[in-house]
Amino acid sequence: MSDKMATREAYGKALVELGADNDKVVVLDADLAGATMTKHFKAAYPDRFFDCGIAEADMMNIGAGLSTMGLIPYCSTFAMFGAGRAYEQIRNSIAYPKFNVKICCSHAGVSVGEDGGSHQAIEDIGLMRMIPGMTVIVPADAKEARKATLALAEFQGPVYMRLARLATPIFEEDYPFEIGKANVLREGKDAAVFACGLMVTEALEAAKLLAAEGIEISVINMHTIKPIDEACVTDYARKCGNVVTVEEHSIIGGLGDAVASGLMGKVNCKFLKIGVNDQFGQSGKAPEVLREYGLTADQIAAKIKETL
Amino acid sequence: MNTAELTKVCRQVRRDIINMTANAGSGHPGGSLSAVELMTGTFFTQMRVDPKNPKNPDRDRFVLSKGHAAPCYYAVLAEMGFIDRSEFKNFRQLHSILQGHPDAKKVPGVDASTGSLGQGCSIAVGMALGAKHLKKDTKVYVLVGDGECQEGQIWESFMAAANFKLDNLTVMIDNNGLQIDGTNDEVMSLGDLCAKMKAFGFEVIELSDGNDAAAVMAALNAKTPAGKPKCILAHTVKGKGVSFMENQVGWHGKAPNEEQRQQALKELED
Repeated sequence: MSDKMATREAYGKALVELGADNDKVVVLDADLAGATMTKHFKAAYPDRFFDCGIAEADMMNIGAGLSTMGLIPYCSTFAMFGAGRAYEQIRNSIAYPKFNVKICCSHAGVSVGEDGGSHQAIEDIGLMRMIPGMTVIVPADAKEARKATLALAEFQGPVYMRLARLATPIFEEDYPFEIGKANVLREGKDAAVFACGLMVTEALEAAKLLAAEGIEISVINMHTIKPIDEACVTDYARKCGNVVTVEEHSIIGGLGDAVASGLMGKVNCKFLKIGVNDQFGQSGKAPEVLREYGLTADQIAAKIKETL
Repeated sequence: MNTAELTKVCRQVRRDIINMTANAGSGHPGGSLSAVELMTGTFFTQMRVDPKNPKNPDRDRFVLSKGHAAPCYYAVLAEMGFIDRSEFKNFRQLHSILQGHPDAKKVPGVDASTGSLGQGCSIAVGMALGAKHLKKDTKVYVLVGDGECQEGQIWESFMAAANFKLDNLTVMIDNNGLQIDGTNDEVMSLGDLCAKMKAFGFEVIELSDGNDAAAVMAALNAKTPAGKPKCILAHTVKGKGVSFMENQVGWHGKAPNEEQRQQALKELED
């Protein structure tokens, strides 16, 4: 891992790439193009970019309407205002009629940093995965964010994609991206660690720390939270006996619960959820905030060690 | 279609509303009856749609933002030939295509799932914007309730309609003055709706009687300036056509019993 790029930046650039190939793609934002990085698309294809103003509910439903005309709208804002404020618009006007709208929200999780708890969505995965028929994707790095952005246009139906503000390492290896198919990044017999988003990098670093102590963990990138890759989850839970989930999200309703649901009644194993423990975030520099909530590699390694 | 013909269809639609809600034992007759001329007029005199090909990409679009007026919508769709009248008995029943509020997945001719108030006009804005973007001459019609205008999102959508210069969009406000807990003014006054719509950039046509088929047709046919969305602000009567329902708050979401059904049908005879 060398270069760094935020998944939102990769998303913005991938939209430009996508726009060149697919003239049905249109992009909507709610006065945050400079932050969600849809500004790149806006600059490249101004006639296919619609700023809806600071009105996220309206934006989601305008997206719904555009989709009925055969267009493929990508609606972007912060996760708090997309999955949060416009939850019911997404639920009733996009997911209920199964409209082909891509909801791509940046600034998710506590790694938003300085803006503080009001802007750190830690419930968005839970909110979105509860909606019947909704696909939920959380890219782990910039390369994956690019691939996911392109894949969404080929996928028919509503999707929620969670993007991060913070620039994080880009994986050197080039992993395939297929919606619903988890990627095993590291093999180890002592624990199966399922992570998503920025926590994949932290889990990989935690694996290195544990390896130095003779503990070998599997690290699995769960880029698709819904539909969860049940085959992979049960397979690695059986193989390792210890299951750990790591997410930059509340431990209620997110990846941990999705993995647990996949295992319940099927595999006997120890289970630990690492995430934000039923509390709000707060201001601080992103690395400090991640540490405050126990989401850094060394903290994750320590928790995994405890549970073994 | 002339006024007499349209008036005749409207009477049939009203009878269907009464029968559907009475059969279901629930539903919203009051706000369905007030919207009859607006909805029937739109479908029968404006909409370029083909019931044999309901998904024709070049069709005009209609969104029932006040989705609780579903019985009126279903009755109009049946009159147009989108659905069979035999479906009426299944309204609000298990496995029916005729859900309590319109479900776009299930009903041919329904382009948006609505019922949660405040959202339909934004969807219509998206349709009209999409039509403009694709250089289609598609017209988009949306029917909004007056009580619904208490939802903030409605005003977001009105702002967007003017901002995007959607002269292919017609917003009809079914201004019957009543909502569940009382009159609009008792619950949350809408103030001067006409002035507000004008201030939001609409070309407004105000109808003193929005249940007058001829007036509704004239308003729908009226040419409005390029670059501006059109608003038909129609003063209507909730429960219109059924004497004991007219202007009664209580008939918002209550079905007639058998005796009331018979009386209503008698009043609605041709």
